[in-house]
Amino acid sequence: MASITFIDFGGEKRTVEGKDGQSVMEAAVGNGVPGIDADCGGACACATCHVYVNEEFLGKLEPQDDMEISMLEFAENVKSNSRLACQIKVSDELEGLTVTTPESQH
Amino acid sequence: MDFSDAQSVVIVGGGQAGAQAAYSLRQGGFKQNIRILCEESYPPYQRPPLSKAYLKGDLARERLFLKPEDWYARNNVDLSLQTRVIKIDRSNRSVHCEDGSQIPYDALILATGSRPRQLPVSGSDLKHIYDLRGIADVELLRTVARPDQRILIVGAGYIGLEVAATANSLGLDVTVIEMADRVLERVTAPIMSSFFAETHKQHGVKILTHAQLDHFEGKDGKVCSAVLADGSKIQCDFVLVGVGIIPNTELASEAGIACNNGILVDRSARTNDPRIFATGDNTNRPLVHYGRRGRLESVHNAIEQGKQAASAILGQSNPVEDCPWFWSDQFDIKLQIAGLSQGYDKFVVRGDQSSGKFAVFYLKNNRLISTDAINSPGEFLVSKKLIISGANVVSSELEDTSIPMKDILNRYAI
Repeated sequence: MASITFIDFGGEKRTVEGKDGQSVMEAAVGNGVPGIDADCGGACACATCHVYVNEEFLGKLEPQDDMEISMLEFAENVKSNSRLACQIKVSDELEGLTVTTPESQH
Repeated sequence: MDFSDAQSVVIVGGGQAGAQAAYSLRQGGFKQNIRILCEESYPPYQRPPLSKAYLKGDLARERLFLKPEDWYARNNVDLSLQTRVIKIDRSNRSVHCEDGSQIPYDALILATGSRPRQLPVSGSDLKHIYDLRGIADVELLRTVARPDQRILIVGAGYIGLEVAATANSLGLDVTVIEMADRVLERVTAPIMSSFFAETHKQHGVKILTHAQLDHFEGKDGKVCSAVLADGSKIQCDFVLVGVGIIPNTELASEAGIACNNGILVDRSARTNDPRIFATGDNTNRPLVHYGRRGRLESVHNAIEQGKQAASAILGQSNPVEDCPWFWSDQFDIKLQIAGLSQGYDKFVVRGDQSSGKFAVFYLKNNRLISTDAINSPGEFLVSKKLIISGANVVSSELEDTSIPMKDILNRYAI
């Protein structure tokens, strides 16, 4: 379990409870957090769950696999702290995780 | 048509296309009644994992749900499961349900989806012959898909090959029969077909092409073999049929709504009745990047048309149309498809098949119209942009791996 805070493009914060085994994307979609489309449902096929991860948590996340790296290389408005939320697994370690969603997912 | 006074939106069908319309209506500020009438027993869920992680047993049922079960009540969306609509009464603006109830609408969204095509051969009514469309189908399949059982799969399309890969990884003995001379014949170039066929064979899946099924044989009412037109016989413990889908257009056509290989809709997902919309697999829609109409069987289409219908009801402008896209996961292959390859006059290959990472670009009149990308997300994402741009491309540049995809994007799709 971890409480995760999503900050949307306008600066509005929403904190939700992520369950172990879920992805950060699932925690967002399940709780109606706007700004994450996740069209493919977590198959790492669409790059519509792009988030910016709070720097202090970057090192706590499992490293990106090749698919995620390549998907992000061609997503819009990518930064050094960009991740795909479907590829981040929720765990106790992530308590207090804060991510920001981009202006648009396309 | 102005829906600003609309009191009630009724959505027939609780798949991805129907659910998306409800989500987008609420997200867009629609305050009045939304009712989803769904024949199935589960709240709206994702179908793509059904043939993969869900069949394999890697995913709990709840994780298929697009929103948690309580989302609908919390958002004042009336979700009626196991509810079958039998008629649309356009003059009284209501739908009739099988249980006799009549539900009035101001706007109606037909998200009735599609159903698996049935085989016309004798013996198709034997037990242990399955198709795969919903959660219930997979849960039935899982009761028989035990290691060392012999599964015969009819049809080497995406569903057939995805089930083949999953069943193989579960330790079943897998045979796929396909009428055409290669797998994925309807949707890909020969080089892609041979790559998939070869990968399956390496894992021990038996694939028979040019195989015309004649009939099934049974024992004690259960299927035990398939007999091909050439007389050969394949023994099996159960059968999965994946030979395509048929759009569910009957409700619409019986109500006089124009259909032609799908319910005919415009770019707002509107039918020829301005109060009635249709979304998803069941529609025949404008394909704006291709200058023609067609039917799309995909998540992208379900989501896009759900948003289109919601925007029209909210009085907002049409969302921008994306390039159609699809994906399939088999073994360690991720196939991502951008666009529609029908009608290509040339294709070029980028990368080496033996590396397990390559892409096939399909061109028509020097424009990119589609790409099949194997474990190559960059090729996929750049292709979507190139297709939308409609730019003339030089095919020799696409196949030149010394030119990064980023550079190709910058050349053509700025």
